[in-house]
Amino acid sequence: MALDLDMGKYAVFVWPAYAVTAVVLAAMIADSLARARRWRRQVERREADTDKPR
Amino acid sequence: MIAALANPQRFMAFSRWAAPALGALAAVTIMTGLLLGFSAPEDYQQGDTVRIMFIHVPAAWTGMFAYACLGGASFFSLVFRHALADAAARACAPLGAAFTGLALVTGSLWGKPMWGAWWVWDARLTSVLVLFLLYIGYMALQAALEDEAKADRASAILALVGLVNLPIIHFSVMWWNTLHQGESVFRKGGSTLAPVYLWPLLIMGVGYLALFGALWLVRTRAEVWRRRARALALKAAG
Repeated sequence: MALDLDMGKYAVFVWPAYAVTAVVLAAMIADSLARARRWRRQVERREADTDKPR
Repeated sequence: MIAALANPQRFMAFSRWAAPALGALAAVTIMTGLLLGFSAPEDYQQGDTVRIMFIHVPAAWTGMFAYACLGGASFFSLVFRHALADAAARACAPLGAAFTGLALVTGSLWGKPMWGAWWVWDARLTSVLVLFLLYIGYMALQAALEDEAKADRASAILALVGLVNLPIIHFSVMWWNTLHQGESVFRKGGSTLAPVYLWPLLIMGVGYLALFGALWLVRTRAEVWRRRARALALKAAG
């Protein structure tokens, strides 16, 4: 299996399409994971607060 | 399965392993699809631009699939008033918008060299643009209404009304004369694509759907936690 990475005269269309896709997918993954981590920590912190004896 | 997962605790236990499993499947299939896609020969008519297909078509499929999921979650939210359905619907919209946006941008980058135009107001392109705008409208409506319960209900109705656009997108290439090509993968009598292009396309399709599934679960988990944090904050304040 030989990879053909020479897009010839169409390189200006093919690579930007792949670049945009890579950036958007990476941003989507990063945002989703960050969001989950942030709110899980919030819950843990608040639960720890309510468990504390006053 | 949906009934069992409607229990938030069971959903959290299930998604905890299902999200990374789908993510791993997505990574493996997308890598495989890319390797096969870039080792396929140039198309005799389209040259190297045929490789845009491997990211354009899966993005469009996933954008539409995500809307069907948004519609399903909205239906459960309206009919059964289930909190998890609201969380799932809210989690779904930004992902669907991103995939649909990718389909539009990659399509534009494919249209310019093949059709000579970045954009044409043809039925397929226009109905996909409407899909993108439905996602944006859905998110804007949710952001505009301060009462979250009201926002969930109003946006669920909008999502259900917008479902009518899905068959329009699918059949647009048959109902109207479009510059966009007709059905070539899932059609009567089999695909018209050569196997060297069909396989990478289908594998990328599985990869995109798995990635969507993984991120949908992650974002729904985040939304469940966000709501729990809000409830705890209200309890502490009151």
